[in-house]
Parts: sequence; structure tokens; C-alpha cells
Amino acid sequence: MFLTLVRRDLALIARSPALWMPVMFFVMVAALFPFAVGPDARLLGRIAPGVVWVAALLAALLPVETLVAPDLEDGTLDQLASRGVAMEIVAAARIVAHWLGFTVPLLAALPIAAILVGMDVATGQRLALALLIGTPALAALAVVAAALTAGLRGGGALAGLIILPLALPILIFGVGAAVPGALKLLAAASLVAVAIAPFAAAAAMKQD
Amino acid sequence: MPPVSAEPLVATDLACRRGDRLLFENLSFQVEPGGALHLEGPNGSGKSSLLRLLAGLLTPAGGSIAGGGARGFLGHDVALKPRMRLIAELSHWARFDYGIDRLPAAMAAMNVIALADLPCQHLSSGQRRRAGLARVLASGADLWLLDEPTAGLDTASAALLATAMAAHRAAGGMIVTAVHGDIGLADPQRLRLG
Repeated sequence: MFLTLVRRDLALIARSPALWMPVMFFVMVAALFPFAVGPDARLLGRIAPGVVWVAALLAALLPVETLVAPDLEDGTLDQLASRGVAMEIVAAARIVAHWLGFTVPLLAALPIAAILVGMDVATGQRLALALLIGTPALAALAVVAAALTAGLRGGGALAGLIILPLALPILIFGVGAAVPGALKLLAAASLVAVAIAPFAAAAAMKQD
Repeated sequence: MPPVSAEPLVATDLACRRGDRLLFENLSFQVEPGGALHLEGPNGSGKSSLLRLLAGLLTPAGGSIAGGGARGFLGHDVALKPRMRLIAELSHWARFDYGIDRLPAAMAAMNVIALADLPCQHLSSGQRRRAGLARVLASGADLWLLDEPTAGLDTASAALLATAMAAHRAAGGMIVTAVHGDIGLADPQRLRLG
């Protein structure tokens, strides 16, 4: 059942016209930074991981309005609930699908972004690993915020305000991936977020 | 077709509160296998809320609901994704209900086979409703909970629905429906709200 839900969510993401938007956004942000801070290669190299992380965070946030709200409005959640499917499972499946839907293209676009901000290969590889560990948490937080704001007008902006402070630990440990032990802390923070998120999102998705 | 072994649906002293408003209380009824219950009452009297209670989508403010077997719910929203083809949507839900082998018959019964390859965004509201009903038919649920099932249906489609409901009851299934007017249910129990 879980796999059916994930497959279905991925099929919907694949059909969505907004599929490439987060990745385009990610690359655009990475491309903008050299213009903004100037062509100082040393400075760019130093802030590059931070730039990529912020871009990834924003990319995870971009589709937040389409994560839960449409299912609430068109009766999909009703259909699932009337079949006795736990909302926790629905939320967990949504997190997995959202993560796959934005991380895979993101990692594919990472080399391009890395070149744009002048990152060397070793840093790029470390960053890819950190992204792989940290992005599940971003997906989880996005789904929680989407569930909390579903049905509200202008929910997307509010979702951003909910996620950004919660994403701080991920950002801090993700950017500091070069420091020994940071990856482990990143993994811990990510695990906590992913473990709690399905329950938090489900509590918001249950209507009464 | 539903199993004949379904327990009767028994509601005891149900109460439903939406916000501050008490919609109804002390509502008791029973629907036997093969039976049908017709909910009547003015707009806002709690017909849809009662169906949602029975479907497990709301928690009653009081009382209890027992029996009735598996639910097939069709509300106002038909839950069809605009960009997906109809057959993909119905197959998805049928897989959920382990009813993929029942799907062709259900689609034929509601006359949606010709629409199978259309994206759902191109369906009219009557066609979407027929598709939603086909999903209920294919679910193999014992208890059909239909909220205004004939809304937007033409007479031919309404007759198809009446035939399908009669077959469901003949096989021991139960139906609870909220409608204004007659939808071709033979000899239903009636429950007036509001």
C-alpha cells in the first residue's frame, strides 16, 4: 500500500508542469550569486556550499502548495481515509515521493551549480553527500508545513515561515560538512525530522 | 459483488457537532444487508456530515457506529487528478481495493469505458460523477455512502445508477444516500434530518 502511494505520487509529480521548476530555480540561484558578490574566486569558493544549501532549501519549498492542498480539496484524502488508510502512511509516502522528486534532479544539477559558483571537485562530492543526507529532512519539513497550511489562502508564504527556522539545524550541519562530525550531526537532525514529520503532518491532515 | 456476510449497519444515539453548531443528536437507525437508507432534509441539516461520520471521516460527538463492513464513499469531490487519464485514476483506486478484476464491469455499468483514455480535466461534471460511481462499484465495498449521487447525471446515467444500486442490494450490499427527490431506490427506509 505504501509503495502504491509512493508510485502514485511520483506519477503525479512526473506529470506536473512544475517538475523542473525547483531545479531551474536551484541553478538560477547558484548562477546569481557570482553576479551578486563579484568574481572573487576565493570568496566564492568559501561561500559556495552555503549558497548551494540555501538554493536547495528554497527549491524544496517551491512546490509546497501542491504537496497536500490539492488532495484535501479534491477529496483524495477522504477517499484514502474512508478506506481506512492511516494519514501517517499517506504523509510518509508523500515525503518519500517529494524527496525523490526534488533530490534526484537536484543532484543531477549539482555539477552545473558547482561550476557556476566555482567549487572544486572534492568540496562538490562532500556537498553531494551532505545534500543526500540532509534533503530528506527538507522534504519532511515541507510536507509538514504543506499539511499545516493546506486550505489556507496564501498558505505557501506561511509554509515558508514555518519551515525556514526548523530547517536551521540542517543548514548549519549541512554547510559545515567539512568539519569532522558535522555529517553525523546532520544525519541525526535529518533522522529526527523524518521520524517526527509523518505524525505531525497526519495530525494536521485529519479533519474534524 | 459484495460478500453477503456483511454485518448490519447500526448507529446508536449519534450526535454530530460542526464548530459550535449541533447538527443532530440522539440519531439511531439500522440498515440490514440488502437495505437502503434515504437521508432527507433541507440544506445544512447534516446529511453530508452523517455520511462522513459513517465513512469514518468525522468522529461523532456522541453515540456509536457499528457494522456495515467496508465503505465505498462518494462525496461532492470526486478525487480525480486533472492530468491523469481516467483509466489510470480508476486503476489506482481499484488496486487499493484489490478490485482490479471488478473494474471493467464497474466501468461498463456506469458507461465510462469510452472515456477511459481521456485526461480527467476534459471530463464533464456528469462524466466525473459517473467515474466516481464506477470507483464505488469497483471497490467491492459492502456499504455505499453516496452524497447526491445523481447531481449532474442525465436520465440515462441515473437509470444506470438505479440498476447498479439494485444489483448491489440484491447481492446483500447496503446503501446510505443523501438526495433531494427520488433516485430509483426500491422501497428505502427514510430518515429525516433537521
